[in-house]
Amino acid sequence: MIALLRRDLRLALRSGGGFGLALGFFFILCVLVPLGVGPDGPTLGRIAPGVLWVGALLACLLSLDRIFALDAEDGALDLLATAPLPLEGVVIVKALAHWLTTGLPLVALAPVLGLMLNLPMAAQPWLVASLMVGTPALSVIGAFGAALTVGVRRGGLLLSLLVLPLYVPSLVFGAEVVRRAAGGLDPATPLLLGGAISAGAVAILPFAAAAALRINLR
Amino acid sequence: MEIRVRDLGCARGGRAVIAHLSFDLASGEAIILRGPNGSGKTTLLRTLAGLQPPTAGDAGGMAAQAVYAGHADGVKSALSVAENLGFWAEVLGARAGAVEGAIGAFGLQGLRERPAGWLSAGQRRRLGLARLLVDPRPVWLLDEPTVSLDAAAVGTLEGVIARHLAAGGAAIIATHVAAGPAGARVIDLGAHAARPGQAPRGAFDEAVG
Repeated sequence: MIALLRRDLRLALRSGGGFGLALGFFFILCVLVPLGVGPDGPTLGRIAPGVLWVGALLACLLSLDRIFALDAEDGALDLLATAPLPLEGVVIVKALAHWLTTGLPLVALAPVLGLMLNLPMAAQPWLVASLMVGTPALSVIGAFGAALTVGVRRGGLLLSLLVLPLYVPSLVFGAEVVRRAAGGLDPATPLLLGGAISAGAVAILPFAAAAALRINLR
Repeated sequence: MEIRVRDLGCARGGRAVIAHLSFDLASGEAIILRGPNGSGKTTLLRTLAGLQPPTAGDAGGMAAQAVYAGHADGVKSALSVAENLGFWAEVLGARAGAVEGAIGAFGLQGLRERPAGWLSAGQRRRLGLARLLVDPRPVWLLDEPTVSLDAAAVGTLEGVIARHLAAGGAAIIATHVAAGPAGARVIDLGAHAARPGQAPRGAFDEAVG
């Protein structure tokens, strides 16, 4: 399992791995929004939580189809499925590798972009906390979607349609955390609810994703 | 080790291709699968490897002991030859030194640090086959293993298979060419073809058509 994680991280960091893709998209989106909306500080500050969360979510979506599709194309997924590893474990490790190369860099970059979007300082720690708690759910739900569409050539559209509705609760609670913190309210409740979604997704979806993979490999 | 396959049936895309296939496989034995294109050689190997459930019969616990080498090698272009093999050795629980042995057996010494994306098709194939040697499971399921190999590499592969059988392993090889260990049994899948229209029992897509 650790070998698989190491291999996936190594593949992501080497050329063609798409490591910078999500990060670059997130950065460009958050740079373009002030240019589009105009240099009005209060307006930017008000939309910042939503923009940051939508940006993180779409950035995450960009790299989802790589989770299983690359391994399916070159036959490695067949070999992993017949290797003496539980397929559920393979799913968890691949989701973890996706989070480490996509979610975690987004969390690290978010405070800088929060400053650029004039997010109140009081909300900055909560932005990081909400992304930290919410992005694991994005990776695991995405791994489930990728497992469902692994047999589909160019299944990106189908994957987005399947996964985006499942991302809505994380988006609502995540953005609500930042909005409440920016408005001086207590952000603990939506943060806990977002954490509950992540915990539930991590606990349940690897089994569903492994079942979907088994059917798709037939 | 003795695996008994009894009355096996398998289907591809909801259509039964093989029915009532029975054979025994013991240590040191090799079986060659023959049959025209579409006779179900790959489907049978994938069923034996556990990638899809049989529609009938019993594969005798083959999946737990079998290692599958299909058309695609599962080789990662961005990783070097040694990294590719090292990864599988770790995942499969190979014994120490297995990677070096596998690299040597398939003549990949000079390519050790080369990214697999730069290998020729034959070299890539040899790397894919070298994975068999880092896998401790005894039964090799080989699907057209000689594709894109030159004559020398086919000879190497035959030697590797012969050593594997002598060490107590077993192999089931689907192939069109004459290659194969001496004394291997031949199963002609044409004789086990499913009758057209025969519905696979318990198939996943039975309900939808």
